[in-house]
Amino acid sequence: MKLFVSEGNPHCLKVLAALEETGAKCGVDYINHEENVVPFLSRPAIPALLLPSGSHLFSSNAICQFLFEVNGQETPPLCNQWLEWEATELQPALFQALYMAVVQGKGSEVSKVLQAPLNYLDQGLTKGNLPYLTGNAVTVADVVLWAALYPILSDSSLQLGEHKSVRSWFDRVNARQSCQSATQKVLQGKGLQGMKSYLQRQPAPQVNQPRDSQPSNSPSAECEEGERVVSEEEMEAAALTWSKGLSTGPVLKERQQPILPEKDKRNVLVTSALPYVNNVPHLGNIIGCVLSADVFSRYGRMRGWNLLYVCGTDEYGTATENKAREEGLTPQQICDKYHAIHANIYKWFQIEFDFFGRTTTEKQTEIAQNIFWRLHEHGFLMEDTVEQLRCEKCQRFLADRFVEGICPHCRYPEARGDQCDKCGRLINAVELGEPQCKVCKQTPVIRSSKHLFLDLPKLEAQLEQWLETSTGTGDWTTNAKQITRSWLRDGLKPRCITRDLQWGTPVPHPDFKEKVFYVWFDAPIGYLSITANYTDQWEKWWKNPEQVELYNFMAKDNVPFHSVVFPCSLLGAQDNYTLVNHLVATEYLNYEDTKFSKSRGVGVFGDMAKDTGIPSDVWRFYLLYVRPEGQDSAFSWADMALKNNSELLNNLGNFINRAGMFVTKFFDGCVPVMDLQQEDKKLLAMVSWELQHYIQLMDKVKIRDALKHILNISRHGNQYIQVNEPWKKIKGGDADRQRAGTVTGVSVNIACLLSAMLQPYMPTVSQTIRDQLNAPPTCVHTMVQGSGTFACSLSAGHRIGTVSPLFQKLEADQIEALKKRFGGQQPEDELPMNKATAQKAVSPAAAAVPVAAAAAPGAEPATANGVDPEKAKQLSQAVTEQGEKVRALKAQKADKAAITAEVAKLLDLKKQLAVAEGKNPEPAPQKGI
Amino acid sequence: MALRELSSLEKFLELKKPNKYSTQGDKKVPVLQSSDGPPLVGLITIACNLVKEAKRSELLGDSAESRAVVQQWLEYRVTKLNNYNKDDIRTILKDLNLYLQDKTFMAENQFTLADILMYYGIHPIILDLAMQEKEQFMNVTRWFDHIQHYPGVRRHLPPVVVLKNRIYPSRH
Repeated sequence: MKLFVSEGNPHCLKVLAALEETGAKCGVDYINHEENVVPFLSRPAIPALLLPSGSHLFSSNAICQFLFEVNGQETPPLCNQWLEWEATELQPALFQALYMAVVQGKGSEVSKVLQAPLNYLDQGLTKGNLPYLTGNAVTVADVVLWAALYPILSDSSLQLGEHKSVRSWFDRVNARQSCQSATQKVLQGKGLQGMKSYLQRQPAPQVNQPRDSQPSNSPSAECEEGERVVSEEEMEAAALTWSKGLSTGPVLKERQQPILPEKDKRNVLVTSALPYVNNVPHLGNIIGCVLSADVFSRYGRMRGWNLLYVCGTDEYGTATENKAREEGLTPQQICDKYHAIHANIYKWFQIEFDFFGRTTTEKQTEIAQNIFWRLHEHGFLMEDTVEQLRCEKCQRFLADRFVEGICPHCRYPEARGDQCDKCGRLINAVELGEPQCKVCKQTPVIRSSKHLFLDLPKLEAQLEQWLETSTGTGDWTTNAKQITRSWLRDGLKPRCITRDLQWGTPVPHPDFKEKVFYVWFDAPIGYLSITANYTDQWEKWWKNPEQVELYNFMAKDNVPFHSVVFPCSLLGAQDNYTLVNHLVATEYLNYEDTKFSKSRGVGVFGDMAKDTGIPSDVWRFYLLYVRPEGQDSAFSWADMALKNNSELLNNLGNFINRAGMFVTKFFDGCVPVMDLQQEDKKLLAMVSWELQHYIQLMDKVKIRDALKHILNISRHGNQYIQVNEPWKKIKGGDADRQRAGTVTGVSVNIACLLSAMLQPYMPTVSQTIRDQLNAPPTCVHTMVQGSGTFACSLSAGHRIGTVSPLFQKLEADQIEALKKRFGGQQPEDELPMNKATAQKAVSPAAAAVPVAAAAAPGAEPATANGVDPEKAKQLSQAVTEQGEKVRALKAQKADKAAITAEVAKLLDLKKQLAVAEGKNPEPAPQKGI
Repeated sequence: MALRELSSLEKFLELKKPNKYSTQGDKKVPVLQSSDGPPLVGLITIACNLVKEAKRSELLGDSAESRAVVQQWLEYRVTKLNNYNKDDIRTILKDLNLYLQDKTFMAENQFTLADILMYYGIHPIILDLAMQEKEQFMNVTRWFDHIQHYPGVRRHLPPVVVLKNRIYPSRH
């Protein structure tokens, strides 16, 4: 028998104490946190016990029970109950508490999380009035609960309130020799900090309670049940907030340019990755960077944060030189041309930058050279000779992205010279197998030349220290953390920062005067220089980490430059730079399940969006609705039409329009008197709940998830109108008419709230709603203050404006035409790139499925496989055949049961077809039981 | 959910008179009021108690080792399968699939309470799987199919169709 434990892991306290307590004979192996001893588990589970039979126990409670039983103490039922409570109720709370206290440095908030379980335990002990949990002797339950609580009860800095019975029971168990010795072994007197390295390796706890929490159901709970139970208190609270109206709200000051950090304000600096100038941005670029950052910035401004949003075009580099050659212009002319194109596209998409600049400016040279010299002075630069690829035919050194070849790591045949699209690892261009010049397809030759390197290994320790704080306290997306971690795990290597080119920021060092800075070094400095072009006082933003919070938005391929490389430049320059606090990275957006490709004309590009006749707000809505948040997603025309028609037209637009029309038609355009009944209060509570979640999610930059809560509100509203039928009641007696008035008044106020919540997503529609309702301008920011305030902003007697429909239907033929126009069929010869590869790799197998098998009863739509054109073809054929079969049976007047069975098959096939065609984009609701 | 499970378990155990349960808290933890002594709280606690009442303690394992393994999977049931998100599902299936590679039952080589409660708990996940995924997690579906056909277990749940012959060629 062998027990595996690791130092600093709180669960090991249990088993080591149980081992001593029972005196069971068992070897103990100390291993590190990452080691996986249980062969069938994908995540390391420590402690683990290897049983004589060769099987493993990986639950610390089961191990303890086993040790006690071997010692002759079987677990009595009451013990069992405490153990179950410990595993299901106490542990989740404890883990969250420890994570907050140790990793996030929020020890002061721990008591909130632990109050409920500690009270429960206290009551249990008080009621029993016994020295130990189940009697007069120590049992396995005492050991387990003592160990679970030890980390937090032994730390006097945590304010946990008074729990007398818990305290005296804890001290009693704690005094035991077995417990003392276990704590020494696991924590070595280091207290909470002794667990830091363990906790950091755990996935962050899922917080499923609203933060400033009255107890409420977790979001997953009511997905399951369909409707959330609203408590009386919630209803009363919502009605009270409602009745206060807008008067209490603070007044939002007009924003004055230039925006500079202010004392006592939340100063937020937002950047989105600088789009490269040589091309027109596609929808993926737009949602990944500028649009996401815009939504967040609008939200922040609405919340009253002092927020600056800067962006600009990234203009230096070989790609620009090439483009210039192609178009017969100078690089500067190319930049001017494309900068204007970018600016126009973003303007059409209503991206509200405070400043949209560019990197080819004097400020860029000044700041980049300054950072360079500081790095040089502090000894973070080194010289080395580099072997570089040179194309003799094109007569120039090849920039990394102009060489293609076989990836030295994963053998992917189309790896670029700087990075492999498949495995994501960075590549040194000369390591590529069978390199080719991308322009002329000749094999380049290797030449050597002298270059400067940023000494990343020397900065690694500093970087790790900073990362620990930043990722621990900020809102980094999971992919950003993962990518960063994998970079550090591989170890950092020095990175070359100079290039043999002309179009770039010149290297000021006399030995390297023919060279320019490599774009990856240069481009992020663009954030600083663009701000400097916006205001002379740019340093108040960029050299002010004490007052400024920095958000970087980007797609995931850009993460390492923002989390590792650029921070190293700034840390090494040692000038108190503002480093990123929140790194928000999206996954990829595919186009109808292929990749956006300019060269093949596949996909919608920024400049074409407006030619579709679809309003900018609808584009924004759909892109945000499918924002690749957490996983890759796909743009699909059919889906866009579906979402426009079902969500915007039939749900949101329908509700707002009906609410306004009722006021106009039944009440002469004046908001009627509202007399709130229980049912109305319940609705107010449900709407407030959605609003609170919207705010919580937006604060965490969960833009896509937050949007769902807006749509939920209008769904609640539609249902409310449908049930109450104001159009019938208005024709009834006095009581009925009054009821119609209340329902109409509440509805039109919800419409007003929706206009505020929509503001970050659909600014034009949002403004239109307020214009139609003649709503007071203060309503927008008042309602999104704090944790959300749904107040009555259109009180009885308020006159609204002219109401008209907000959205238009997208017709099937219109969408079909657009789909054709923008390609979307993937050419057969094209090798799939990025993550779509995995899906494609599956499809031949899926396509080979015989139709009969695919129609087997119980076969569920293949969600993992997702959209699959090949399969769709097969299925569409199967649907036709099955349809004919059904018709034939009906014609023969066959047995009814037989027909029903065949019809069921047909429906199932159609369902699968819809999935294969990507018509069922709804992510399955979270399952809770 | 948990309450229907408990009443199915009662029927499986052929207990004469059905118990009345209530729930407590947001998570709807089942509670059983007993005539003598304090109420029992929690799915495992109550289930183990029912098994003992029915004098079927072999369902909790017949050796110290197997009892520990049973308890471990019961705990897994209430910690991992009561509250998971989409990302967890694949990990759960992957781990169980590997675990069940050389096993007929969850614990040792006999049918136990762990099989029953794990079956009830994983049912919604299996119900949602595509054919192809069921094949990918072949060992889980094999075990699942076995348990759902075990006399008297299925009760309140709809049967899930599991094909025995593979229709998708192996991807490995």
